[in-house]
Amino acid sequence: MIGIFGIPIQVLFGQLLLGLINGAFYAVLSLGLALIFGLLNIINFAHGAQYMMGAFIAWLMLTILGISYWPALLLAPLLVGLFGMATERLMLRRLAKLDPLYGLLLTFGLALVIEGLFRQVYGVSGQPYQVPALLQGGVNLGFMYLPIYRGWVVLASLVICLGSWALIEKTRLGALLRAATENPSLVRAFGVNVPVMITATYGFGAALAGLAGVLAAPVYSVNPLMGTNIIITVFAVVVIGGMGSILGSVLTGFGLGLVEGLTKVFYPEASATVIFVIMAVVLLIKPAGLFGKAG
Amino acid sequence: MKKLSIWLVILLIAVAAPYIVYPIFLMKGLCFALFAVSFNLLLGYTGLLSFGHAAFFGMASYVLGHAMTRWGTTPEIAILAGTLAAGVMGLVFGAIAIRRQGIYFAMVTLALAQMVYFFCLQAPFTHGEDGIQAIPRGALFGLIPLDEPHSLYYLVLAVFAFGCWVVWRAIHSPFGQVLRAIRENEPRATSLGYRTSQFKLAAFILSASLAGLAGATKALVFQLASLTDVDWHTSGEVVLMTLLGGMGTALGPIAGAFVVVGIENWLAELGAWVTIIQGLIFMAVVLLFRKGIIGEAMAYFERSGKKQWKQ
Repeated sequence: MIGIFGIPIQVLFGQLLLGLINGAFYAVLSLGLALIFGLLNIINFAHGAQYMMGAFIAWLMLTILGISYWPALLLAPLLVGLFGMATERLMLRRLAKLDPLYGLLLTFGLALVIEGLFRQVYGVSGQPYQVPALLQGGVNLGFMYLPIYRGWVVLASLVICLGSWALIEKTRLGALLRAATENPSLVRAFGVNVPVMITATYGFGAALAGLAGVLAAPVYSVNPLMGTNIIITVFAVVVIGGMGSILGSVLTGFGLGLVEGLTKVFYPEASATVIFVIMAVVLLIKPAGLFGKAG
Repeated sequence: MKKLSIWLVILLIAVAAPYIVYPIFLMKGLCFALFAVSFNLLLGYTGLLSFGHAAFFGMASYVLGHAMTRWGTTPEIAILAGTLAAGVMGLVFGAIAIRRQGIYFAMVTLALAQMVYFFCLQAPFTHGEDGIQAIPRGALFGLIPLDEPHSLYYLVLAVFAFGCWVVWRAIHSPFGQVLRAIRENEPRATSLGYRTSQFKLAAFILSASLAGLAGATKALVFQLASLTDVDWHTSGEVVLMTLLGGMGTALGPIAGAFVVVGIENWLAELGAWVTIIQGLIFMAVVLLFRKGIIGEAMAYFERSGKKQWKQ
């Protein structure tokens, strides 16, 4: 058997693929966080809870209503997005003029409530979600065995990230969004309804988290605690990448997922902490983050 | 004279309390109150939101547990060791975290605390999921056995009073004035010639050490150091206590801690409901009364006081 540094090549690529999948979720989640932070200037702690909601809604649709994976891929993010828009309209808007820390605290409270409710009803043991029929099985690539669903997750998140990037950088709507991020009152003076835009942006960010949740449901088990577990890591990813550029946060997300996968192969004890260690090192060398603007 | 009599009444209540209320509850309340007081030094007086204070609280409880079970030290040495460990951690984490401001500071501290959580999950001396159980309480200075609940209570009371005194001294000193200047306007404090990052780091270390003092004492009371103490929920809880009581007030964190611990005791059998209610309180405080219980009460008395003065 071929190996690199005494590690069988199958194991190495298997872990790299797992890392890439984790990275895909880091990328989509940090993209949403960065979008919301750009316009609302708050860190959305409920992002993890919204990710978990996406997975749970898909699972509930399948088990109760018999709605399969593909419609759920559209419906679940839509519902999470609507929930997000209601959250912004009813609560976050009242905090707009205050210290951004209050937004963090409010969404933290919201995350506790959502997580607690799901834990109360469904317990902490995970619920399995079957891989849809179309994406079952796998292909042998010669150097490794690739389960089709995992390949699909990586591909889908790449498409989501690039699509969001194009939406923001290449369309008129995106141009308005970027302008509102720079100077909301000036954009308002031009007759753009910025408050609606803020609501829509928060909803879009939440929907992205929900979409990531549906994608994650067949990979990990659907679990009320899945959100907060991942979101703290995503915070570290965001600190490392800086929230200045969209492609930067996507790149950081995938990159750190790979690093995590490699650590699992070569020094498994550190795999849970490696991202936090990298964060500390980056803060010491370049406090603004790899792609962040100074200040 | 009036001030002296108030202090005497407080002392009397504190001394008599364990004969009226269940001592373990009181001790839990006092430990968390000290934890919240130490946290308030950072959030209320320096304007820094640390979302990872459980790391100091929890690590100190592990150090106490290890010192008491493995090294067989007396409790005061173990508490000191726990406090010292938390202080050193505060130095390292503080030095990293103060490189970013505002919301990033909160995220960095949360991430660093999560790193400590995973470390505690894997390190051999913490015994992973089991935690360090059945920590002996030993005898204070080798003389006073602490298995008797009342002597343990008075030790906890003394530790709490000491911690509050340290924070009170820090706030009412020139050092505390600079901290408040940083909270109000950091660039201005810098322009006045203060090295604000050094002041912030000092406040962080002090706060972390006292959080460690609280954590070590808590582990001595419950004879247990577990992953719950380093979990992010605990970090959130101390934020809630301070916010609910009123950040930037001397009594707020103490009141907030007793309310939160009371709710926890009351709803202990209901599982996830504790989390749900804590979340709801969080949202209510942020949306409706941001000054907290004590802060709002003080504002109310100030208003009615002014009215009387006008009449």
